[in-house]
Amino acid sequence: MITELGHFALILAFMVAIVQTVVPLIGAAKRWPSWMLFSEPAAIAQCLLTGFAFAALVWAFATSDFSLRIVVENSHSLKPMLYKISGTWGNHEGSMLLWVLIVALFGATAALFGQGLPPTLKARVLAMQAAIGVAFYAFILFTSNPFDRLPVAPFDGRDLNPLLQDPGLAFHPPFLYLGYVGLSMAFSFAVAALIEGRVDAAWGRWVRPWTLAAWIFLTIGIALGSWWAYYELGWGGFWFWDPVENASFMPWLLAAALLHSAIVVEKREALKSWTILLAIIAFGFSLIGTFIVRSGLLTSVHAFANDPERGVFILFILVAFIGGALILFAARAQAMEAKGLFGMVSRESALVLNNILLAVSSFVVFFGTMWPMVAEMMFDRKLSVGAPFFNAAFTPFMVVLGIALPLGSMLPWKRGRLGRVAWQLRYAFVLAVSLAVLVWVLQTSRSALGPVGLFLGAWITFGAAVDLWSRTGRTGGFRRLMRLPGADWGKAIAHTGLGVTIFAIAGLTAWEVEDIRVARIGETFDVGGFSFTLDGVREVEGPNYFSTMADVQVQKDGREIATLNPEKRTYPVAAMPTTEAAIDYRFLRDVYVVIGDQQDDGGWVMRTYIKPLANWIWGGCILMALGGLFSLSDRRFRVAAGARKAPVSGVPAE
Amino acid sequence: MKRLIVLLLLLASPLMAVQPDEVLEDPALEARARDISTGLRCLVCRNESIDESNAELARDLRILLRERLVAGDTDEEAVAYIVDRYGEYVLLKPTTTGANLLLWLAGPAMLLIAAGLGWNFLRGRARVDETSAVDGLSDDEKERLRRILED
Repeated sequence: MITELGHFALILAFMVAIVQTVVPLIGAAKRWPSWMLFSEPAAIAQCLLTGFAFAALVWAFATSDFSLRIVVENSHSLKPMLYKISGTWGNHEGSMLLWVLIVALFGATAALFGQGLPPTLKARVLAMQAAIGVAFYAFILFTSNPFDRLPVAPFDGRDLNPLLQDPGLAFHPPFLYLGYVGLSMAFSFAVAALIEGRVDAAWGRWVRPWTLAAWIFLTIGIALGSWWAYYELGWGGFWFWDPVENASFMPWLLAAALLHSAIVVEKREALKSWTILLAIIAFGFSLIGTFIVRSGLLTSVHAFANDPERGVFILFILVAFIGGALILFAARAQAMEAKGLFGMVSRESALVLNNILLAVSSFVVFFGTMWPMVAEMMFDRKLSVGAPFFNAAFTPFMVVLGIALPLGSMLPWKRGRLGRVAWQLRYAFVLAVSLAVLVWVLQTSRSALGPVGLFLGAWITFGAAVDLWSRTGRTGGFRRLMRLPGADWGKAIAHTGLGVTIFAIAGLTAWEVEDIRVARIGETFDVGGFSFTLDGVREVEGPNYFSTMADVQVQKDGREIATLNPEKRTYPVAAMPTTEAAIDYRFLRDVYVVIGDQQDDGGWVMRTYIKPLANWIWGGCILMALGGLFSLSDRRFRVAAGARKAPVSGVPAE
Repeated sequence: MKRLIVLLLLLASPLMAVQPDEVLEDPALEARARDISTGLRCLVCRNESIDESNAELARDLRILLRERLVAGDTDEEAVAYIVDRYGEYVLLKPTTTGANLLLWLAGPAMLLIAAGLGWNFLRGRARVDETSAVDGLSDDEKERLRRILED
């Protein structure tokens, strides 16, 4: 019964979204206030209806209603409750329902909090948001209905893929989707502005919080996925340049570019048409990401749910929305001439450089991801484009970005002098170089990767600190520092996070120690300054799996510091084995132990890794997201919504 | 769905990547083998190198590669030997021959184009700055912005 109500609510939401697309657009064109205002209750109703449909599906999973096809295919009555619920979006149909729920949620949020928006713009934004919703409601209802019933319900389900039964992965898709779909708001704002034919500083201020929110969610989502890969896949890899990872990374890069270029629109009324174009492309890449994941066109590690026919439908949505928006852009872009004037050396120019680097690096990732398909279709060559290509082609962009970042972020608006900024940063530079040289001398390997990463990370981090301190002025001091606007803190924290992540990735790659051996029970061996003793191996039974678990004692300098229990698990229902690495998380380095098969002589295969700075990778991501939150909390954005008098921005022009 | 399970089985069998019995005696040779393996694709996996993969085929390739190195092949010869038998699909880092030049040059070319456009735009902005003394918004526009923000 609840299932049918959910299904019905979803169809109703589809109808509401159709009306919400048409009525406000006509209202805005004809200046009929009541038609424009219709968009608000419609957006809220649509969100409530979809929310109800989603809740009904969660209910079906939580109560293991095996009359639903997707519950049978993705759940099992013995599965822990957390994974029953996360199973709702651990499959194609459910994840698309979550996707459209988030579209509706963002629309309703804009309807509720967008009090300061001009009525025509608001009506058009909500209509665009509803149009995106319409496409995905149709997609769900016509090609992938989660509420499909089975004629005969089986006694139990086929269980969720064991790799997905994990807390890290339970929350990875919702965050990614919040990010992907958050970009739909930027897209709706861009298209609405194109229809209006007007982009000004106020537009930049409205669109930025949405972009920022989307970027924060994407950052968290990507970090969760990468962390999951690190501890679950059994050898501690954290990034594979897999097509599906790239699909989430491209929107992240473009969202980062967009939130920087929107600053220029907001403060200086320049880069307007570029920012609009970027907003369209960023959402386009979200759709491409969905397309890549859902179509299975590009085979990848993540092919948990895919179907070519559905891919064609999404491709159609992609072409209709992005193509339509680009045509509109081509027709209207000339109307948006830039207002702000600035010199060659200025914050504006630095942000243009930022945008060039981020957009082109994203293009490189895109080209590399699509190349195997292009080469096969056009040149009849079957080839692979993997991590070595991306490392070689993508990394230089990040190095240049890292070098330029502290300088650019301290340049004044309108006109600046590079020499002056460089002089302000002299201590940060000297400190970063000294650290890098010190590490170069101390390290045993001859690779330059570690020191270069340390230099970049330290340069960005100290640069952010100098920048923040300089904001207090000559007499400001510590108290002034505490009272700086959220945007200043957000900028410093997010940039520091980037520095930390760059350093950590370089350090982990350069200084990782690996050991592979057959260990006998009771035997002790040394890896990277730690000694390991395999005390024993036993069989353990879990709630829905069997496990072979080892007890490994870890010692440092003769003292016992941890007992690790790496496992090999078998999930009988899904007939799938998994490796569960045991990790001793430490501040500077992780100790990572994996157990393999028993050998004929009674010993066990063991892989041991010392992974320096592993935590720092995700620590940096958390800092980036935190910086975004600080920036989002800035008074200007709240004020922009409904204030009488918006204060002038916190950055004084020189 | 069954097809997926089979694929996932291939991808997540509990065997681990490089096994102790594969490791060569000579550490220098083994290091070379590891280095080359990270650039060779496991053909039955999804986007994994033979160094990371658990699949049987990846193991065969690892052993084959080590045999070639022990036989005295240089890195290039060993890779060429495997590419001759398995096709260029096995290379995770595509070659720079023929159409692949497009792939390798796309990034730098795009950067040049973007840099050119950016430079042109910035120069335009800077020149207007010199010729006209007016800065930013006109009074009329300031008034409009103020009204928009107050709405």
